[in-house]
Amino acid sequence: MIKAVMMMNTQGKPRLAKFYDYMPVEKQQELIRGVFSVLSSRPENVSNFLEIDSLFGVDSRLVYKHYATLYFVLVFDGSENELAMLDLIQVLVETLDKCFSNVCELDIVFNYSKMHAVLDEIVFGGQVLETSSAEVMKAVEEISK
Amino acid sequence: MASSNSLMDSLFQRSLEDLIKGIRLHLLGESSFISKSVDEIRSEIKLTDLSTKSIALQKLSYLAALHGVDMSWAAFHAVEVVSSSRFGDKRIGYHAIAQSFSDQTPVLLLITNQLRKDLNSSNEYEVSLALECLSRIGADDLARDLTSEVFTLLGSSKAFVRKKAIGVVLRVFDKYPDAVKVCLKRLVENLDSSDPHILSAVVGVFCELTTKDPRSYLPLAPEFYKILVDSRNNWVLIKVLKIFAKLALIEPRLAKKVADPICEHMRRTVGKSLLFECIRTVLSSLSDQESALKLAVAKIRDFLVDDDPNLKYLGLHALSIVAPKHLWAVLENNEAVVKALSDEDLNVKLEALHLLMAMVNEENVSEISRILMNYARKSDPLFCNEVITSLLLACSRNSYEIVVDFDWYLSLLGEMARIPHCQRGQEIGHQMIDIGTRIKDVRLELVRVSRSLLIDPALLGNQFMHPILSAAAWASGEYVEFSKTPYEIAEALLQPRTSLLPPSIRAIYIHSTFKILVFSLRGYFTAQEPISPPLVQESTSSGSSAVNCFTYKSISSLMNMIELGLRSLSGTLDVEVQERAKNVLGFIGMIEHEIAEKVTGQDNETAVSSAIVFMEDVFSDELGPVSSTAQEKVPLPDGLEIKENLEDLQEICGEFLKPIFESNSNTNSFSASDKISFSVTKLSIRDQQEASSSSSPPPESASLLAEHRKRHDLYYLSSQKKDEHNDSNGNNNTLNEYPPANEISGDSFNPKKKMNQSKPRPVVVKLDEGDDDLKTKPNASSNDEPLSRAIQTALMGKGMGKEREKDNHEKILDSGIKEQSSGKEKKTKKKNGEKSSKHRSRRRSDKEASAAKPVEIVDFLL
Repeated sequence: MIKAVMMMNTQGKPRLAKFYDYMPVEKQQELIRGVFSVLSSRPENVSNFLEIDSLFGVDSRLVYKHYATLYFVLVFDGSENELAMLDLIQVLVETLDKCFSNVCELDIVFNYSKMHAVLDEIVFGGQVLETSSAEVMKAVEEISK
Repeated sequence: MASSNSLMDSLFQRSLEDLIKGIRLHLLGESSFISKSVDEIRSEIKLTDLSTKSIALQKLSYLAALHGVDMSWAAFHAVEVVSSSRFGDKRIGYHAIAQSFSDQTPVLLLITNQLRKDLNSSNEYEVSLALECLSRIGADDLARDLTSEVFTLLGSSKAFVRKKAIGVVLRVFDKYPDAVKVCLKRLVENLDSSDPHILSAVVGVFCELTTKDPRSYLPLAPEFYKILVDSRNNWVLIKVLKIFAKLALIEPRLAKKVADPICEHMRRTVGKSLLFECIRTVLSSLSDQESALKLAVAKIRDFLVDDDPNLKYLGLHALSIVAPKHLWAVLENNEAVVKALSDEDLNVKLEALHLLMAMVNEENVSEISRILMNYARKSDPLFCNEVITSLLLACSRNSYEIVVDFDWYLSLLGEMARIPHCQRGQEIGHQMIDIGTRIKDVRLELVRVSRSLLIDPALLGNQFMHPILSAAAWASGEYVEFSKTPYEIAEALLQPRTSLLPPSIRAIYIHSTFKILVFSLRGYFTAQEPISPPLVQESTSSGSSAVNCFTYKSISSLMNMIELGLRSLSGTLDVEVQERAKNVLGFIGMIEHEIAEKVTGQDNETAVSSAIVFMEDVFSDELGPVSSTAQEKVPLPDGLEIKENLEDLQEICGEFLKPIFESNSNTNSFSASDKISFSVTKLSIRDQQEASSSSSPPPESASLLAEHRKRHDLYYLSSQKKDEHNDSNGNNNTLNEYPPANEISGDSFNPKKKMNQSKPRPVVVKLDEGDDDLKTKPNASSNDEPLSRAIQTALMGKGMGKEREKDNHEKILDSGIKEQSSGKEKKTKKKNGEKSSKHRSRRRSDKEASAAKPVEIVDFLL
């Protein structure tokens, strides 16, 4: 199960944050900051996985990918495969690219609802729902009408 | 006025985009801008116009998600927005609800009807909105009320809707287990679906469910097997593999059956994710299958040599899964593991470290620790400490099982202490003391190591060193008889830089100095006695050879130095330090002039010398390790009332019972190690005090004590210890004197059988505490029981045609069904009735069911 999806920039400002377990807003902000502090100390050319039991509870892992000025972060537990999660980030970014053509951080900042629409098609209640970006695009276009 | 106000507000309402732009402009005054916006939102949201409301709500959700603004106060407004007929508003409303509602939100139930309406709607996107909302915030009541709608949707023709309905089933089952009766059938039917999206959704749900409770889903194994063999979709296969990983653990026959298809996949697939999942499944659950295991290990090797750091990390991770049972796999990949220690990725390094620790045994422990210490010295603090911690842990496991040469181990500890980044002072100090008390033969080395640590002034400044230094000081004092140069140690203990130490450790230093002084004085006095050479030999230790002939000069210089060092401390603020300093100074003062006289006279029996004898006896008692449960094991003597109120006693003996402990406190507070309990030593010291004539405790209490002792002599510690102690130190038999409270079994002395060691492994005193293993978590929490039971009865009750059911199964099934139907009636009768009583009765039947045979596996799988 996926516990959270986050996008934050290299200064630590969150651009998108979705938690699939309920927690109060202060806790959410705390977690975002926690994740950022761990990520910012990672050098380049290292693996994209981290164990973060201290932040999210037992058996939590996270996978992150650094694209330009953004960190894409997925937090999940033992019932998801790590490399598959890495692929999922790829799918997410590709879909966004199709949506916005050459997506950049500003697009993400100003299109809050569309972002969530895209994300909601891919991850549903903590489960991976859809892994083909074409399908997601179709659905999102329908919704935006 | 109010309406025109609202008109104005709605006309000039800032949209989300404006808000975002505004926040970006106000980089400096961001929080004030945000609070201003929140106030605006508060007024906007109260308006009746739904579109204004919804935009306000959208802004609020944005602020809540990204800037941590609390939006729980807007719950009711969210409910209002959701009831709008416009899709856009609905979307905003559901989004806000999914984000901010929890089980505690008071208005949660208000959305039930709205959800129901939307779930039944013909617009599939509305349906999907509602489903999504339900999946994130579904609570018990919501789940219960909306089960039938979900059921309908599970059979919907639109794949888009169906896959979401499947996703929501997970949450519904979790919150409302009775939904199983209704929905499970449809869910299972979906396993046969040809649409890959639906299939991946279904297996995803089953994967989650199986993780929590594998046994209930065993009957579905054939379906999963079919998917495993047929499917080509990597996502689906990964999930099915995970399911089988859990199922094969409880059903070994499944493992055999499944091993072949998995090997096929491993050979054929290109996708690394699927390959890794296959490897992981084989390693964790199918490790008994030889061929599969070999194939998996071969594939891991490919991972390990790959350049991609992700693959390297995953390869190491997989190895660590298999390490406990199949160490050969790790040993094969030895070089890769050691190479990984120097990788720049911290994860990889840590995994390699764990693997290396798994490989450690008696023979290679010194080699491995040498390699690791080299790495530790070169790396950053974090990794360095990890290395040290894991080394300490591995070596101390099971009472230092793998350490054969303790001299080497002590020098290792000393080395660790010297590493600049070391922060594990606490553990190192503890182990030093532990080893010292448990192993007699190693005390010489301990004193040597301690001496080098104490002398070094640089270590005093490092606060992480302090626990180690206190251990070293304690050891030097306690085992001073092994030391060659007590003067040097005393000097080290009193050096000026010790002012950097915290008072508690300073106190230990002073006390150890005291012990050294007493030892030296004793040596001096016995050297003066020409009559008893054997005594001289006994009191000099077996280890040291030279310098125990104390001359007057050396003694007086020792005393002078100590006096000098401690004089300044007699006025410190800390009471402990001051008290101890004063004790020592007082003692010195008492015997000083006597010593001077001693040079001339030959009188053996001066008060001084007997005082010295007494003091030495005080310190000569051997402190052994005491099990933390030792006190509980002392059987209560008959007639001894511990729990009674002793106030009457106070009346009777009030004037006579003066506390005995005060006079002992100076001589026995060994604060070095809190693990060593003091009950043993205090009692024995008191015995000695009574036995010796030099001190005079209040006579009444002594007689009371003597009386008690007469009655319950069996349970008292033997007070002959002090005489026998001066026997040979290496004698194992001294342990027979230990009171029964310390249950040291005879077979804990297992001398090592290896004869190729230069010295035999010294004896480690073991206690019967047992390992402190973390208790394993109980598997199914009580919440899951109703769910698993429901699933089991549902799957069995469907009579999955091909299964052959035994009689007892049917019986239990009947009783299960009866319970269920009666439970259902009870439920319909009182809606808000006691769920707990129902659960209790069900739990009883569950116990019966589980006591019977385990779930039957389908025939054709066997």
